[in-house]
Amino acid sequence: MQKKLVVSFAPFIHNKEISTRGIMLDVIIALFPTILAACWFFGAKAAVLMGMAVASAVFAEWFYQRLTHQKSTISDLSAVVTGLLLAFNIPSTAPWWIAAIGSFLAIILVKQMFGGLGHNFMNPALAARTILMLSWAGLMAATAAPNGGAIVGLGNTADTIASATPLAEGATGYSLMNLFIGNVPGMLGETCKFTLLLGGVYLLVRGIIDWRIPVSFLGTALVLFWIQTGCFYSVESGSQNALYQLMSGGLILGAVFMATDYVTSPITKWGKIIMGMGCATMLFVIRTFNTSYPEGCSFAILFMNVLTPLIDKFTMRKTFGALPKAKPDHTSKKEISA
Amino acid sequence: MNSLMMIVIGSVLVNNFVMSQFLGICPFLGVSKRTDTALGMGMAVTFVMGTASLLTYLVETFLLIPLNLEYMQTIAFILVIAVLVQIVEMVLKKISRSLYMALGVYLPLITTNCAVLGVAVLNSREGYNLIESVVNGVSAALGFTLAIVIFAGIRERLASSNMPKWMDGFPGALITAGLMSIAFQGFAGLVH
Amino acid sequence: MSKQKLSTVFMNGLITENPTLRLLLGMCPTLAVSTAASNGVGMGLATTVVLIFSNLTISAIRNIIPEKVRIPAFVVAIATFVTIVDLLLKAFIPVLSKSLGIYIPLIVVNCIIFARAESFAFKNPPLASMVDGLSMGLGFTLALTILSSMREIIGNGTLFGAQIMPASYVPMTLVVRPSGGFLMLGILLLLVNAVAGMFEKRKLAKAEEEN
Repeated sequence: MQKKLVVSFAPFIHNKEISTRGIMLDVIIALFPTILAACWFFGAKAAVLMGMAVASAVFAEWFYQRLTHQKSTISDLSAVVTGLLLAFNIPSTAPWWIAAIGSFLAIILVKQMFGGLGHNFMNPALAARTILMLSWAGLMAATAAPNGGAIVGLGNTADTIASATPLAEGATGYSLMNLFIGNVPGMLGETCKFTLLLGGVYLLVRGIIDWRIPVSFLGTALVLFWIQTGCFYSVESGSQNALYQLMSGGLILGAVFMATDYVTSPITKWGKIIMGMGCATMLFVIRTFNTSYPEGCSFAILFMNVLTPLIDKFTMRKTFGALPKAKPDHTSKKEISA
Repeated sequence: MNSLMMIVIGSVLVNNFVMSQFLGICPFLGVSKRTDTALGMGMAVTFVMGTASLLTYLVETFLLIPLNLEYMQTIAFILVIAVLVQIVEMVLKKISRSLYMALGVYLPLITTNCAVLGVAVLNSREGYNLIESVVNGVSAALGFTLAIVIFAGIRERLASSNMPKWMDGFPGALITAGLMSIAFQGFAGLVH
Repeated sequence: MSKQKLSTVFMNGLITENPTLRLLLGMCPTLAVSTAASNGVGMGLATTVVLIFSNLTISAIRNIIPEKVRIPAFVVAIATFVTIVDLLLKAFIPVLSKSLGIYIPLIVVNCIIFARAESFAFKNPPLASMVDGLSMGLGFTLALTILSSMREIIGNGTLFGAQIMPASYVPMTLVVRPSGGFLMLGILLLLVNAVAGMFEKRKLAKAEEEN
């Protein structure tokens, strides 16, 4: 895999001069503001974890490709992006080996063992993060309170205080402004909605991601929570309203950077919209009805990843496809083009 | 009605027979290369599991318990299932030759499909009444169908990618299934 | 049956044609029960007992049963022995009976038993069939024990209930959950295939040398 893009299900940009490396660079640029925000709020630990995750990811890919006598693709920077996204999904209190193991799982188990970039069927960073969460639940849920500016000497220098995320039961309410800037406990990269949205806009403008998934994801979520709480937005701290729900947890990180991974999302236009709606619905169901997890974003996206082949299959026709459980049309046996 | 809903959500999503309870693995790994075959298999299994739930419930309630033969449950149940599958096979041969050919050797294997006997035994252990047993049987089968169709979709796509040679066959299928089951974990705890 | 042939039959089920790791049969109980080493051993041995007796019985009556009704005959024979084992476990090892749960009656649909009845017991004399049942059962037990031990050590830090990993080890709980079962069995099969591949290469190299 050199400058040429992988011939698979990904709808790459039509400009032949753009390479995978170029796309990944753009993604890293988009992620950069959030990297800074994570370091600002969570201190040096954040930088260490992010560095560890990226280094492990790159090493894992190099090591695997060396072991299997394949050409090394670490220069396409996709491992770097995976490492960063994984780090964004772990709390600042996580031990270094969580980041390392997570990266190894993401690169080797979810991506390389299936054929490498373009062939994985689940988002590597998200799948790895979920494996970590299911394996070491306590360590992964121990989010710390933000300590704004500690890395440059501002803020209090006390040790990190463990605090529950805004979504946990009985968490003290945060104002919408707090949620927006990221002055709330949470995973490294999910708290600062401002930088995340900034990155999202950059990617949209550069044509790296398609607007359909984030818009349908966020839009449907907004509508569902609006119906549930009966209130769109409120200035009171911690009150239940649609906007509060939208800006809590990993929803925005997920909608902008994780669900939009074009290898694991549908190719067709309607497919993308279905995916966004599906993610939002499942997230809503988990947040509302499932008491085992406060946050459902990862599972929602992973489940839609798993449904993506079926979604593509049924939306490939000219007409708006039926839901995956419908009987397949035997009269037109179109094979999926590779 | 509420408890029936709980049974349905429980068996389809929360305790999905394949993803959480490991029942029905052989056909799951064996008949999941194409989505239409998978769907056909799923429909056949749904019919068998629903009917089997009904029949085994009747056998247990009106034959085993009155005659104090509960310990014969395994034998009685498996015989009922074996006969049922034989009948289904004959009917399918007449009605849909293509599906019969597509399912091939897997059809008689529904007899040894742990899911069918499994749901019958589960119904008995949970003490479900007739309606609950049938609903559970059908839901479990729908959960199986859901899992096998999704899996087939993934495998179809993986078939045209460049998975390394040593991932072919069961090892790769198991690892794929493992990752897929992680996605299903989102439903755990949905129903208490 | 000469002694030599019997020992080949024995090694067959244990290693070369290990039902779970090479013939890929009996996946359901393997995945479900392998969360703790004691469960793995218990299930394996229970299945072995059923295998021995069902193989013996089917082999003994193989000349009497017409081909057409052999399947129901197998089913009845296997189900009878499973019921006996189930009742014995309930009476004498209730702890095991409880932890194996519905997978004990499900031994009746364990593909291994059916497959051996069909492909071996129906065509071979009783003594050989018994040995085959014993070896396949032990092979299954071996596979189960290996997998269960792996999962228990990584996912719980213990082996047969005894703490084996250092106190600072934080167990990877996913491994003893359903998803972990799929992944660990997949990885185990990969390792087995790799080892088998190495043996094949050595055999070929040896054969070439001798030529």
